[in-house]
Amino acid sequence: MYVAVKGGEQAIDAAHRLLAEERRGDRSVPSLTLAQIAEQLTLAVDRVMNEGSLHDRELAALAIQQARGDLIEAIFLIRAARTTLPRFGYSEPLETRRMRVKRRVSAAFKDIPGGQILGPTFDYTHRLLDFSLAAGLEPPEAAVAPTGLSTDMPRVLELLDSEGLIEKPSQEQGEPGDLTQDPLSFPADRDLRLQNLARGDEGFLLSLAYSTQRGYGRTHPFAGEIRVGMVEVSFTPEELGFAIVIGEITVTECEMINQFKGSAMVKPQFTRGYGLCFGQSERKAMSMALVDRSLRSGELGEERIAPAQDEEFVLSHSDNVQATGFVEHLKLPHYVDFQSELVMLRRMRAEASGDGQTLKAAE
Amino acid sequence: MNAPAYNFAYLNEQTKRMIRRAILKAIAVPGYQVPFASREMPMPYGWGTGGVQVTASVLTPDDRLKVIDQGADDTTNAVSIRKFFVKTAGVATTERTEEATIIQTRHRIPETPLTADQILVFQVPIPEPLRFLEPRETETRKMHALEEYGVMHVKLYEDIAQFGEIATTYAYPAKVADRYVFDPSPIPKFDNPKLDDCPALQLFGAGREKRIYAIPPHTKVKSLDFEDHPFEVQRWNEPCALCGSRTSFLDEIVIDDKGARMFVCSDTDFCAKQRDGR
Ligand SMILES: [Zn+2]
Repeated sequence: MYVAVKGGEQAIDAAHRLLAEERRGDRSVPSLTLAQIAEQLTLAVDRVMNEGSLHDRELAALAIQQARGDLIEAIFLIRAARTTLPRFGYSEPLETRRMRVKRRVSAAFKDIPGGQILGPTFDYTHRLLDFSLAAGLEPPEAAVAPTGLSTDMPRVLELLDSEGLIEKPSQEQGEPGDLTQDPLSFPADRDLRLQNLARGDEGFLLSLAYSTQRGYGRTHPFAGEIRVGMVEVSFTPEELGFAIVIGEITVTECEMINQFKGSAMVKPQFTRGYGLCFGQSERKAMSMALVDRSLRSGELGEERIAPAQDEEFVLSHSDNVQATGFVEHLKLPHYVDFQSELVMLRRMRAEASGDGQTLKAAE
Repeated sequence: MNAPAYNFAYLNEQTKRMIRRAILKAIAVPGYQVPFASREMPMPYGWGTGGVQVTASVLTPDDRLKVIDQGADDTTNAVSIRKFFVKTAGVATTERTEEATIIQTRHRIPETPLTADQILVFQVPIPEPLRFLEPRETETRKMHALEEYGVMHVKLYEDIAQFGEIATTYAYPAKVADRYVFDPSPIPKFDNPKLDDCPALQLFGAGREKRIYAIPPHTKVKSLDFEDHPFEVQRWNEPCALCGSRTSFLDEIVIDDKGARMFVCSDTDFCAKQRDGR
């Protein structure tokens, strides 16, 4: 009976075999392929790549399958795999102005140079279950634009910038920090904050962003521009000395226009919030932009009163791999600490009821 | 798609060097929490990632590793971490405290006294002893820098006012080398006296919180207390039901649904040794 309370090596092995069995499910149903996941659960793959901080659709698909569709578990698998990968260096900054745009909307202007492009979106769909999917029917082929869209589409915020109506983009100089290589310390600059938000849990950022809209640190946001499409990734190998294109990735970029700010020295101007994510991740990019703007409250001289404006609170709790580990670690044995509390509580209760003498004597 | 080959003890050499630098700094400034670029490990945060990274960085192929959780070698997480190092480093393991060169632990210090050629690695959930009095890192770092520990004494005093004694039973704060107040990890305060003047090197790793700290061999570690309320440790009314020890920390085992209990050593190796007359 003493052994029963301690876990054993065999118990762990058996539990892992059972997990694999449950993951597989009914063996008469064909197993999923990674290609099916990568091709058909694209937005889940995008989320795992974002929060896993690694752009690899195939690995993300594997992680999703291995995690039985638990995306935080899949993100965790990707993060752990990421630790073992060699690092070659940093890419050149992405030029999202030259994006091959698939979707692009602005809520600030009715029409914009380059046009509003709806693209593949859930927006304006009626959320009615589509039983044709259940019936296994193939969808009709969609029409695509006959010629490719321009790869030089001005940003909506540049239009405002030319009139001086919006603050200049961040003027921070120097190498950006990297919180995967150096521990985060506070106060953190915007580069590190944005990196933290890009890796942060979508649900956490969504709720924080929502809280700012409900008055906990209001920023009066307008979706200046959201664009989704392919951008080239360039890298300068040391031995070459010039940048070469190493591939193309899909990203979602969100630029928010927020309430203005002015002073005796500077005329009133709109302010900015920025979000950038792998894949098509509009909810995440918009949440990120709202929280980015809120976290700039110190720099913009606003009173910090709401959770979304509190850098230590937001950055310390945004990482779902950290959060899930620590919450779930409560499952680990705590017998020793619990026993310590029991011993003290019993003695305190005994003393309170007057028979403390016997127990005291035993100490 | 091929499975990658892992470096000795999982971490690449560059990461190990980074962690070793943090460890050296921690040894140079006993009790000071050194920030380090903690990596994502293949086990969850809160399950020993800090201890695992410290162990991985100090481990050599000649080491003999012991891993305990709650004092026992056969608790599930201890088994899992031991298997991790067997798999990634191929090192020898042992359950015998005196045979181990490195001991990774969660929540206990072995009852068998440690020696100068051993390293004890603690898994730490919250390295900041002031965290529950002041949640902000910016503030607590300032308090350590200024050696401003008044709030901690106030907290302990409030315990005495409310309960008649200091109500902290584990993760009991102590001062290292008369300078830094530190969190000894959630070991029972029963184990605090073992920290003091210990011949072994004691290393503390907090992975999620990205901190490493150390107690070099033979360093003074004084548990916080008051003159009229001196520090004292837990005692039990009965000996270990298996080995008869009256000096070890006892786990309480509920043995039936009527509430019957037995008390046995939490340190399974120590208990076995007592029984074998080793
Ligand atoms: Zn015993």
